Parts: sequence; structure tokens; C-alpha cells
Amino acid sequence: MNIVVCVKQVPDTTEIRIDPVKNTLIRQGVPSIMNPFDKNALEEALQLKEQYGGAVTVISMGPEQAKATLREALSMGADKAYLVTDRSFGGSDTYATSYILAKVIEKLGPFDVILGGKQAIDGDTGQTAPSIAEHLGIARLTHVLSIKIEGNKCIVEREIEEGVEIVEAKLPILCTATKETNKPRYATIKGKIDSLKAEIENITLADLPDIDVTKIGLKGSPTRVKSTFTPKRQSCCEMLEIINPRETARMLFGKLADAKIL
Amino acid sequence: MDLKQYQDVWVFVECFQGQPKDVGFELLGQGRLLADALKQKLCAVVIGKDVDEGIKGATAYGADIIYAVQGNEYANYSSDAYGYAFLELCARYHPNTILIGATANGRDLGSKLAICLNTGLTADCTALSVEEETGNVVWERPAFGGNLYARILCSETRPQMGTVRPGAFKKPEKFQNRQPVMIREVIHTKEEDILTKVIDFIKANDEAGVKLEEAEYIVSGGRGLKGPENFAMLQELADLLGGTVGASRASVDAGWIPQTKQVGQTGKTVSPKVYIACGISGAVQHLAGMTESDTIIAINKDATAPIFDVADYGIVGDVFEMVPAMIKEIRVSRNLN
Ligand SMILES: Cc1cc2nc3c(=O)[nH]c(=O)nc-3n(C[C@H](O)[C@H](O)[C@H](O)COP(=O)(O)OP(=O)(O)OC[C@H]3O[C@@H](n4cnc5c(N)ncnc54)[C@H](O)[C@@H]3O)c2cc1C
Ligand SMILES: Cc1cc2nc3c(=O)[nH]c(=O)nc-3n(C[C@H](O)[C@H](O)[C@H](O)COP(=O)(O)OP(=O)(O)OC[C@H]3O[C@@H](n4cnc5c(N)ncnc54)[C@H](O)[C@@H]3O)c2cc1C
Repeated sequence: MNIVVCVKQVPDTTEIRIDPVKNTLIRQGVPSIMNPFDKNALEEALQLKEQYGGAVTVISMGPEQAKATLREALSMGADKAYLVTDRSFGGSDTYATSYILAKVIEKLGPFDVILGGKQAIDGDTGQTAPSIAEHLGIARLTHVLSIKIEGNKCIVEREIEEGVEIVEAKLPILCTATKETNKPRYATIKGKIDSLKAEIENITLADLPDIDVTKIGLKGSPTRVKSTFTPKRQSCCEMLEIINPRETARMLFGKLADAKIL
Repeated sequence: MDLKQYQDVWVFVECFQGQPKDVGFELLGQGRLLADALKQKLCAVVIGKDVDEGIKGATAYGADIIYAVQGNEYANYSSDAYGYAFLELCARYHPNTILIGATANGRDLGSKLAICLNTGLTADCTALSVEEETGNVVWERPAFGGNLYARILCSETRPQMGTVRPGAFKKPEKFQNRQPVMIREVIHTKEEDILTKVIDFIKANDEAGVKLEEAEYIVSGGRGLKGPENFAMLQELADLLGGTVGASRASVDAGWIPQTKQVGQTGKTVSPKVYIACGISGAVQHLAGMTESDTIIAINKDATAPIFDVADYGIVGDVFEMVPAMIKEIRVSRNLN
């Protein structure tokens, strides 16, 4: 069983604050973490390896510092890690990102199972993983709860709004993991020590000779972020005094009735 | 690419077992605004084994043209079959804009179409408008867990595509006696081209009472509720208003209430007439799911809680005093005891 997991390094969005004067995100001092759903994806990969044998490769596209996330993946039990990094990859939207990652997967493969997260908590689109499958022309199942391998097929539980589908698919398959898929393991001390010594190879544009350069980076991205802003909070909340709870409740319903809300 | 060859605003009216989902109708409302601004037609796409209900709904919610593709292979969603049918329609009719509900299947379909059509897809849009000079849709969406909003353009390629979360917009008014142009296309996907097959389905337990996304009144409880037993008073207030109970992730994670009740970035997006937040601090991830509500009422002990920044009416007080008082007040005013 040859498995590859796509992991993204993201800022911990719970730690992000807004600069009240400039109205921009303060990224400084915000810790970088492995995207939480990608930990679930990695856990699923490790469990598949334990059950069916094989090896787990992790890949991440990003700057040099994303190696910290790859080391974390290694310390959890991944066998090999590659950093996908090149100036020309910068500014890629999900179309371009998924194209580059698909090319990397082709180069490193073949793989039986490709795993990713349901979504990244920064870009938040949830589009990259299924798009990788489309570039590769393979089957995909998003939001999976479990994966069972039977020969050259797999049986997957997939969560949709209405319930859980049991789906059969031929390998290779790309699946995305969610918080409900499993509980990611912690790294062992030994794993952490080993990961510090592990070599992480860089994959750059030069390593992908058959890539179509018109489809990568900012230039190759069909979407463009035109502007960003922080949500404006209307501060026109009418505060109701607490005289006593009943009186306040009466006041509230009175106001709602006057405004024809209730 | 000659952008002018691409005409009309398409909305995917997603059905599950023949029943259309509300998000498709919510999008027909938004699609109408875009179509009018672009001076183009509003079209609905219905794919399924049974398409009648989808067509009926698309008619009532104002589509000018309905494209329907029917076949046994469309009984369950699959990226391959639905993708193929949709791509065939695109090849025949060249849409300018495609709107898709950000459901599990909708996101998957959107990704497939965008890659095959070599175009851009904007996720989870919360506001849509048209740039008059260029005819580009301006897609507005939250990122970084709701801390940042971005306006995104797809200016060089067509169709321009976006997904929108269920509940982010309200359904428009229904029309009576509309007669859209009906176009039934015969498109079949080859058996061997469908790589995934649904072999079984386990239905989720239905929520009792009013569904969160459809409720007009929501009484939501957070960590300030202190325990599962205290959700009973929220339920009572919700029942009196004819609504339902919602929750923050803190109370879901504590196991006080099922995940189906969670409002926010990783829960449901709601836009009821009235949203009452009880003992909820107002983290951005929670706000991401409820700020489109018509009227927001916040009850919190802490006057500095961010929930008051988005509320219309605020009460700095104890939920254990205020909620019972509100229940009592309604009961008295209705002569109930
Ligand atoms: C404010 C803002 C808004 C944006 N909106 C859009 C938009 O609407 N449409 C669009 O096409 N692009 C958009 N982008 C660009 C998008 O964020 C990037 O393309 C990003 O590289 C991938 O998208 P994501 O963060 O949404 O990841 P997702 O698609 O949510 O990620 C899903 C999974 O894909 C894998 N994955 C994603 N990125 C990587 C990576 N770098 N390395 C390894 N695995 C990875 C992981 O397994 C991850 O869990 C936006 C960017 C910003 C800053
Ligand atoms: C990736 C990610 C996704 C997330 N998605 C979601 C999501 O979808 N939905 C969501 O809700 N959260 C989400 N969160 C979590 C979010 O960041 C907050 O942690 C959560 O919303 C807090 O819930 P809360 O307001 O109930 O609890 P707290 O923040 O602890 O607030 C409790 C409030 O109750 C008040 N209180 C206490 N006692 C009383 C009393 N007796 N009377 C009145 N008030 C009282 C307190 O003053 C306080 O303001 C997400 C987080 C992450 C990282």
C-alpha cells in the first residue's frame, strides 16, 4: 500500500487578531501549525499502513518554514517527507495549487491512496484535494469516516448532510478526512528526535519537467484576490438595562413588537 | 477566450433522492440579482433519476430556463456522472456564471467543473455583486476563520464559478404560474466512467421539530449555559416562539447538545428572523454562521463580550434569570400559565 498525504502549514486562526488601527490581520507572533484536518488525514494513512503494510509519504507546498510541519508528520510516523517549494509557485489559487501537487504526486508515485484534509483553516475553500484528483483523473471521495481496502478496491464511509453513504471505488483513490474520521495520535519522543535528523528533500520547478508553467503561480491562477477587509462590526447594539429580569423581558418584547419583529 | 460567448447565470438545483435542497432556491434568489445586473437569463440545472420536484421548485423560484438531465446513473451523486452531465451541458450552452450550494456534493462538483473548464471557483461566498464595466462577478467570502474577508474576481476565464453555503441567503418569494423554457437533454454517463458507486446509505437521525437552517427563530446556548439540563429552558423559549434551539461549538464539544445544532464556521449557517444568543461570547467562528440573521439579541454576563458588537439588542445579565423571565413574560402575555 503506497500512501501519500497532503499537509498544509497554516497559521493558528484562533490566535489571529485584528490590528484595530490598520484593520488588517496581525500575523506576527501567530503560531504556525499543521492544518488540523490534515492531522486526521495523516492518522488515517498511518492506520492504513498498520493494517495493510506499505509506506506513508507526506508532501507540503509552502516556504522553507513549512518543513516544521513536515517534521511533525514524520514524528507522528510518516516515512518520507517532501517540501514543494519554488518562487514560481507563489500566489497559486486552488486551481494552480492542485495542479502543482498533482504533478508532484505523479512524480513520486504511483500511489494507491491519496489523503488530504476536508479544508485548510486559513484559505478555507476545501477545493484543493478534490481538484488534485481531477488533475490526476482518479476517483475521489470527500469527507470520509473510514476506509477499508479489499484487493484493488476500497469501501469507504462518506459523510454527507443527509447521513452516511457506503461507497465502493477502485484504487487509486483520493479521500479527504474530517474531525470525525479519527483521533490523531501524538508524536512519540523517539519520533520527535528521529524527525529532527530526517532529511526532507525539496521539490522545485526544475524537478517537474513536464509541468505546464502557464498553469502555476499567480499568473496561472484563474481567481484573483482583489481586496481584503476585516468584517465591520456595526456597533449599534441597543443595550437594555436590567431593572429586574421580568421588567427587562417586557421592555425587550415591547421593543420587538414596536419594530414589528415579533 | 472571447468572454462574450458565455451567457447566462446557472444555478445547480441539487436534489437528494429526488428532493431539491433549499440552497438551490436560495441561489436562484441571488442568481436573479446577478442575471438582471448582467442582463442575462437565469437558468436552473436539475440532474437526477427523478427530476420532477427539482423542476417544480426551479419554476416556482423564478428560473427563466431549466436544463434537466435524467437517468438511472444519477440516482446517487457521483463526481463522475454528475460532472459529466454538467460538463456536457456547459459544452452545449456556454454559461457565464455558475452558482452551486456548498454542500458536501456541491463543493466536490464545483471543484471538478472548475478544473475541467480551466476556470476559477470561489468558495463559500457570502455576498455577490457584478462589476458593471467588466461583467465580472465580485465574489465576497470569509477566510481565516471569519477574521478576514476577501473580494475575489475571475476576470480572464468563463464560466466564473462560486459556491455558497446553505442558509447564507434567504429563499426568494415564490412565483405563481411561471412558465420557464424547459430543455431536457439526453446525456448518459458510461457505466465504466463512474469510478465510485454508492452501495448503501445510512440516514442520519432526523432532528426533531423545526430544522435549524429553516427556523425563523433560534435560541442558541453557549458555554454560559453550564450544563446539558439547562438547554430545556432554551427549548421552552424556542417552542413558545415557534423556533428551535442552536448552540456554540463549546456546548457541542462539551456533549451538551448534538453537533447538528452547531452554528458557525464548522457548523451551520443560519439567517433566521430572530437569533437569541444566550451565554455565547461571540467568537469569529460562531459569528461566521449567524450574522446574517435579521435581528440578533444577546444575553451575556460580560458587557465586553464580542457578541454585543453584532447584536441589535443586548442584555448584560444572567441567562438563568433572563431566559425564565422571557418565558414567563410570553406565557403571561398569551394567557398561558
Ligand atoms: C483570503 C483568501 C481567499 C481565497 N479564496 C480562494 C478561492 O475562493 N478560490 C481559490 O481557488 N483560491 C482561493 N484562495 C487561494 C487558496 O487559499 C490557495 O490556493 C491555497 O493554496 C489552497 O487553498 P486552501 O487554503 O483553501 O486549502 P483547501 O482547499 O481548503 O485545502 C484542502 C486540503 O488540500 C491540501 N492542501 C491545500 N494546500 C496545500 C499545500 N499548500 N500543501 C499541501 N497540501 C495542501 C490539504 O490536505 C488540505 O487539507 C484564497 C486565498 C486567500 C488568502
Ligand atoms: C477551526 C475552528 C472552527 C470553529 N468553529 C466553530 C463553530 O462552527 N461554531 C462555534 O460556535 N464555535 C466554533 N469554534 C470555536 C470558537 O472559537 C469558540 O471557542 C466557541 O464559539 C466558544 O463558545 P461559547 O461562546 O459558547 O463559549 P465561551 O467563549 O466560553 O463563552 C461563554 C460566554 O458565556 C458567558 N456566560 C457565562 N455564564 C453566564 C451566565 N450565567 N449568564 C450569561 N452569560 C454567561 C460568558 O461571559 C462568555 O461570554 C471554532 C474554532 C476553531 C479553531
